[in-house]
Amino acid sequence: MLWKDKPLSRVNSTLLSPDGILIERHWQELAGRRRAYSWLIGIGLLIAVSGSLWFANDSNAGKFFDRIPHFFDFAGDLVPRDGWEVWRALFDLPSPYFDGSLKFDYPEGRVYLFGPLYMPEYFYKMLQTLNIAIIATLTGAFFGFLLCFLAARNLVKSKMIRFVARRYMEILRAFPEIVIAGFFAAILSLGPIPAMFAVGIHTIGALGKLFFEVVENADMKADEGLRAVGANWFERVGFGIVPQVMPNFMSYALLRLEINVRASTIIGAVGGGGIGEELRLSIGRGHQAKTLAIIVLLLATIIAVDQFSAWLRRRLVGNQAFAFGGKQS
Amino acid sequence: MNGVSSLNIAEFEARYPDVFNPPALKRFLPLLIGAATILYLVYCWWFFSIGTVLATGQWQRAEIYARDWVSYAIRSTVRMSPEGTTISYPRFSELGDNPKPDWVVQNGRDVTITFGTGKSLRINGQRVIAMRGGEELTVLIEPDGAKPQGRLPTWATLKEDQVTVNFGFAGTADIIPERVVISRRFLGWANFVFDTASPFWNRSAGEVASMIFSGERIRPEISNAALAFDNIWYNSSWQHGDVWTKLLQTIVMAFVGTLLATLISLPLAFIAARNITPNFFANQMTKRFFDFLRSVDMLIWALFFTRAFGPGPLAGISAIFFTDTGTLGKVYSETLENIDDKQREGVKSVGASPMNVQRYGVIPQVLPVFASQALYFWESNTRSATIIGAVGAGGIGLKLWEAMRTNTNWHNVAYMVLLILAVVFIFDSISNALRSRLMGKQQ
Repeated sequence: MLWKDKPLSRVNSTLLSPDGILIERHWQELAGRRRAYSWLIGIGLLIAVSGSLWFANDSNAGKFFDRIPHFFDFAGDLVPRDGWEVWRALFDLPSPYFDGSLKFDYPEGRVYLFGPLYMPEYFYKMLQTLNIAIIATLTGAFFGFLLCFLAARNLVKSKMIRFVARRYMEILRAFPEIVIAGFFAAILSLGPIPAMFAVGIHTIGALGKLFFEVVENADMKADEGLRAVGANWFERVGFGIVPQVMPNFMSYALLRLEINVRASTIIGAVGGGGIGEELRLSIGRGHQAKTLAIIVLLLATIIAVDQFSAWLRRRLVGNQAFAFGGKQS
Repeated sequence: MNGVSSLNIAEFEARYPDVFNPPALKRFLPLLIGAATILYLVYCWWFFSIGTVLATGQWQRAEIYARDWVSYAIRSTVRMSPEGTTISYPRFSELGDNPKPDWVVQNGRDVTITFGTGKSLRINGQRVIAMRGGEELTVLIEPDGAKPQGRLPTWATLKEDQVTVNFGFAGTADIIPERVVISRRFLGWANFVFDTASPFWNRSAGEVASMIFSGERIRPEISNAALAFDNIWYNSSWQHGDVWTKLLQTIVMAFVGTLLATLISLPLAFIAARNITPNFFANQMTKRFFDFLRSVDMLIWALFFTRAFGPGPLAGISAIFFTDTGTLGKVYSETLENIDDKQREGVKSVGASPMNVQRYGVIPQVLPVFASQALYFWESNTRSATIIGAVGAGGIGLKLWEAMRTNTNWHNVAYMVLLILAVVFIFDSISNALRSRLMGKQQ
């Protein structure tokens, strides 16, 4: 039986003209193929996910079904002796439970500024992490700014220069941050400066890419006008392109700042200093109040940075820079 | 028309006062921002004492470590005693148990070591002659130390009783009383396929192939091909098996984490979108829930789940899943709030059930965008998964970090970095290709 002679399903073929039957049959065929593909993709994904989950469970230290009954034991371990302990830990106030152990020695971490005026330990560490993120964003944005014009198709005719600039940024972006941090930690010893290098170098690549895409979408009329009056390349870029792309650049840099605060926390946890390291140590040692204090502080800071950056971005570019929801990596 | 008269200029200035005489704040704003940035950088310089750290950094190590990424050194010791001259290698040398390298030629008491063209070291009893680039240095070994004869060339240094001869990349030789310690460096990775314990070690690819396909069984219980695979997989210095398993864990973490996050955030986003669920309370609850998941950093989730599940990829999957449910949910609900309502109205007007309104009025509009964003997250999570692995959440991160902390395994670091870069580039291109097909040519 040829495909033409197959009976049509779900449609009374006597009601249709020959052309109508042909169209209906063609449509059904397409829809059937589409459905088959959807099923295939669905089944493929299902197999991939179950295989992956099995593999993950198999190579994990604890097994999922063995651990799940004890899942909230750890959350139970996080409950401090009383609610005020969290605030005492956060502001380095003496604890009534102090017994000489690290767990309750909150005032030890005070960082004295002038006389009796002190900064609580975790605020100081948070400031460290924030400064790492800001410096990394500033330097990354600076070098990304310098590089992006070389990678833009509408400004650089030479394919060679563009290729080199783009690949360079790509490598900076894809190179694992942790390796950069580890390499500089080997030279400069562990601390915030390797973290700064790691996050900063990654930022150059990530921002450079976003920047040159903005430059490529810039309106070239201003550039044409400058060219007509004999401006050189730097003048054209400086007066024709930079003023129109600056708001978008700033907005992307702010977006990056949000990401970098998180990134520098993570890098901190693997030896870059700052609040991340404190958090890892405190969770590892089972200090309930300290852990909760750090989580509260981190949460507040991240929300504050996100809100501030969202507000500033909205002022800079309206709603147009929200296309990808704030995740660029 | 040629030029603008002064009258015109005055007229222009009067017509556009904000362009020609902007308020002081606006005029000096860039300058202020610049000054504030510089002040801030100075403050940070002081805060982190960057100057001191950079100055005390051991920058000469950078070169050594960078060199270790792509090369390896073989050490050997030449001992000169009255009974004779012996050459020894460390126990786990890259050259196997019984090394006979072709760059060392021994002839009784006369040993010649070649470091490349024009660079060599000749040891004859208590007399050592180093040659490099036409220059020659003779060192006599006396009981109280090595004594260079004549002027020291720039490539040799004398420190107390020891003369160090530097052959550049090719290596160094320390001439000490009684012995000469040699470090000979070669470009490449040593024993990358088979380690020295393997029967296939130090054979050409052709020899190995003929052993696998037609040779006698080396070990009677398994075939040669299986033995070869086993030897590669458990190569003691490169640990291919472990590295690849850990890499697969990283890939799995990103894949499963993102997929689960997509599946969970999709229905939640419908609840969070105010145009789809017209219930203020439900919208706000879901949105704040997304904010919570997103703001509790991936690191906190990773540490938390590492405690709960023990170290391994389950912790990583859960961390990525939790964080990205928040981020994707936020993105999805914002997309849903910006959809075109005409299609929904059309479907509703023909009497479709609420479920069908979403299925035929909303999903077709947003599915390409949703899928494209999920792919984008998958791609970026492949990178994040490497980092959270280092805190114990599974994957190659921890292995990478440990290899770096030893400070001697930089070649292993290079190997893993290459693998990660390859994975990232492959996934980038897959995700880019899929995304541009989904979104059409519009972007």
